[in-house]
Amino acid sequence: MPEDLNWAIGGEAGDGIDSTGKIFAQALSRAGRHVFTSKDFASRIRGGYTAYKVRTSVDRVESVVDRLDILIALTERTIHENEDELHEDSVIIYDGERSTMQDVEVPHGATALEVPLKRLAEDAGGAIMLNVVALGAACEVTSFPIENLDESLQKRFGDKGEAIVENNKKAARMGQEYVQEEYDEEFDYSMETTDADYVLLNGDEAIGMGAIAAGCRFYAGYPITPATDVMEYMTGRVDQFGGKVVQAEDELSAINMALGAARAGARAMTATSGPGIDLMTETFGLVATSETPLVICDVMRSGPSTGMPTKQEQGDLNMTLYGGHGEIPRFVVAPTTVSECFWKTVEAFNLAEKYQTPVFLVSDLAMAVTEQTFSPETFDMDEVEVDRGKVVDEDEIGAWLDEQGRFQAHFPAADGVSPRAFPGTADGAHMTTGLEHDELGRRTEDTDVRIEQVDKRQRKVETAREQEEFDYREFGDPDADTLIISWGSNEGAMREGLELLDAEGHNVRFISVPYIFPRPDLTDEVQAAEEVIVVECNATGQFADIIEHDVLERVERINKYNGVRFKADELAAEVKQTLDPDNGTQEVEAE
Amino acid sequence: MSSDVRFTDFKSDKQPTWCPGCGDFGTMNGMMKALAETGNDPDNTFVVAGIGCSGKIGTYMHSYALHGVHGRALPVGIGVKMANPDLEVMVAGGDGDGYSIGAGHFIHAVRRNVDMSYVVMDNRIYGLTKGQASPTSREDFETGTTPEGPKQPPVNPKALALSAGATFIAQSFSSNAQRHAEIVQQAIEHDGFGFVNVYSPCVTFNDVDTYDYFRDSIVDLDETDHDPHDRDQAKDKILESDKEYMGVLYQNEDSVPFEQREGIESSMAEIPDGAPEGAMDLVREFY
Ligand SMILES: Cc1ncc(C[n+]2csc(CCOP(=O)(O)OP(=O)(O)O)c2C)c(N)n1
Ligand code: SF4
Repeated sequence: MPEDLNWAIGGEAGDGIDSTGKIFAQALSRAGRHVFTSKDFASRIRGGYTAYKVRTSVDRVESVVDRLDILIALTERTIHENEDELHEDSVIIYDGERSTMQDVEVPHGATALEVPLKRLAEDAGGAIMLNVVALGAACEVTSFPIENLDESLQKRFGDKGEAIVENNKKAARMGQEYVQEEYDEEFDYSMETTDADYVLLNGDEAIGMGAIAAGCRFYAGYPITPATDVMEYMTGRVDQFGGKVVQAEDELSAINMALGAARAGARAMTATSGPGIDLMTETFGLVATSETPLVICDVMRSGPSTGMPTKQEQGDLNMTLYGGHGEIPRFVVAPTTVSECFWKTVEAFNLAEKYQTPVFLVSDLAMAVTEQTFSPETFDMDEVEVDRGKVVDEDEIGAWLDEQGRFQAHFPAADGVSPRAFPGTADGAHMTTGLEHDELGRRTEDTDVRIEQVDKRQRKVETAREQEEFDYREFGDPDADTLIISWGSNEGAMREGLELLDAEGHNVRFISVPYIFPRPDLTDEVQAAEEVIVVECNATGQFADIIEHDVLERVERINKYNGVRFKADELAAEVKQTLDPDNGTQEVEAE
Repeated sequence: MSSDVRFTDFKSDKQPTWCPGCGDFGTMNGMMKALAETGNDPDNTFVVAGIGCSGKIGTYMHSYALHGVHGRALPVGIGVKMANPDLEVMVAGGDGDGYSIGAGHFIHAVRRNVDMSYVVMDNRIYGLTKGQASPTSREDFETGTTPEGPKQPPVNPKALALSAGATFIAQSFSSNAQRHAEIVQQAIEHDGFGFVNVYSPCVTFNDVDTYDYFRDSIVDLDETDHDPHDRDQAKDKILESDKEYMGVLYQNEDSVPFEQREGIESSMAEIPDGAPEGAMDLVREFY
């Protein structure tokens, strides 16, 4: 029996799959078990296959795998969709009394438990609770103490009144008892509980929380999957800290509102996904040339165009790195885990204000919809530092006035960073134009001033390279001949893949890079390795191209762009095949 | 805010590069007068401008200012005001900037009713790109890109504003210095989005909508019995497409600015050195 357990509920969108999955995930987390969730969903509100998957263990889990142990199937399609992941010890819970579920074929010798979910739910007080009946049944199969479910039911339904909570608890118990009484099979699954107290959150929520912690007060955005959760998280919450979320009429407006707020002195952010980034591109240059600190978050999804809105991809790297006409000094930071979504957001605000530039915070759908458990100290708010950079007040502004008493908001300082006066500061009045401007912010076409200002803005990046640590995270064996490099949300799957590879005698060094620009220099690391493989969720290998460009050496690539995130076991197999292509070729030929 | 501010304090030392006689000179002077009259000074004022000859206005004025990208000045202004309601925010631009590329933002800025003023220098032409048809150009107005005229009726920005729920709509004429300054002043004093369409003739590219044309045709609402608080009267005046009016067409005295409705009371610029007090509660929510 594996240490960890993989559980899923699947059905049609609109069946309450998400909330049921979340109730279970929260119950596990409250019972001191680690949780890693993922979602399969389609871009429609009702109808269409959707599933919520939970991987849980007493040890940390960092990825999904190709294996399902317990499956609650509300539709027959749920079984087909997950057929490949089922095995002979899998248990499928379904309602055999439903007309659509009468001739269910159970694959791979799995055990099917027919539970009259709907009928039991009706007995408990309403058919709507059939999912909760199924949760109760799952508790029995996995020997998971059902009391742990009660608290999450309370959390989910508490607002609707005690009666509803009680009915749901009853529904869960009816599912549990039904399995107990009707099936005397012993299931080999158990779920140990611990005393640990975990919090459970996803990447979008971590970004929103990081933003508020970092002092972000103004958020403007336009809804788009999978970035909307950032906006929904901040709505209502940032107000408690004196801020506001504005739903703009489009992304052009959103980024310009955020820019306006930032110029007024607020820490400001906007978040969107690929199509929204396209619309915002026009303003990237204005942010940079007006030297306004702004955090622009791109939660990537499958492109191009509207692509696959609910599917994973890391295809916007070039867009955030090069998007916009002319040359735009910027930072591109890409968190690699859910908790890093929090910390890198905090860092993004500091970079933006210290260097007065746009900072692209690049996340992806897989991270946005993944909920993961953490000990609360992972987000220790005492560790949050706020660096607002060179803000000058009334008393300090004198040092930055020219002979005529004019504030030099774009003074070509040696480090490239000029003083900033928030509007309202006496003697600070100045204009900034997106046209090329002089140190006073006034339009110019003077060739010398042009060069001076371009150089000044570019120097920020040089200064940051000297002052900041744009490093990487490292796992595996530092002396291994095989080096794997990835960015973004692939870290978890690769880390677990390392263990699988190690168990088979493949020694691997793994570098996970959270900084796209500026980024760590990997020349020594690449040169020290015999084989270098860059792993990313896109077709062309955008990050691999960058590495080749930096190091002037060819690298191997593992690319996935079918819309599904990497899984640990699949990734390990891909690595093996890349290292030993003959094996793979033979397999393909034999098919 | 000092009471001895004069309108010249809002003038920058940059000489305008507008064509001699351009209507924008008068428009700008009136804006500076109105700002001074309403007790503002350059250090508490934020001017946002779009792109076009009109958009250069921020460069020639002295205040906190941003000259942004084409058509997007309004969202910038909204962001500034929401982040610091203590600032006096004025947005300026041209008819192309505001009613063509920025038309979407215009409608939504009107709806949002943030307390700021929006001054559009309407010359019924694209000046800076050297004379193409603008959304307010006449249907038969011949230009290099529309040799037989745009063949579509001009937009009526005041009607757009009214239908979007505007709380203040005014029309002004840059060459009538005194009235123009008064009208902009009323827009500033209005609690909400003060929209002023200013006839600001382009002497270089528009030989139809000239000073003479406006002088001869414009009617001052102050000399009529127009009641700006009567929405139906305002609607009738605004829809008279063959008439040019000067003055406040419509004002809703019950207007409550958006930022007030949202409960924003103070500047968002002040934040603590670390995470705000109580931030750990944000984490505990995820238990
Ligand atoms: C995105 C974008 N498209 C086009 C332009 C070119 N452009 C500059 S000004 C202008 C028209 C301005 O017309 P209007 O707003 O009427 O101002 P005016 O110059 O007449 O005062 C255009 C199309 C631009 N700067 N940016
Ligand atoms: S081109 Fe027209 S609008 Fe532009 S400055 Fe000259 S007169 Fe004014």
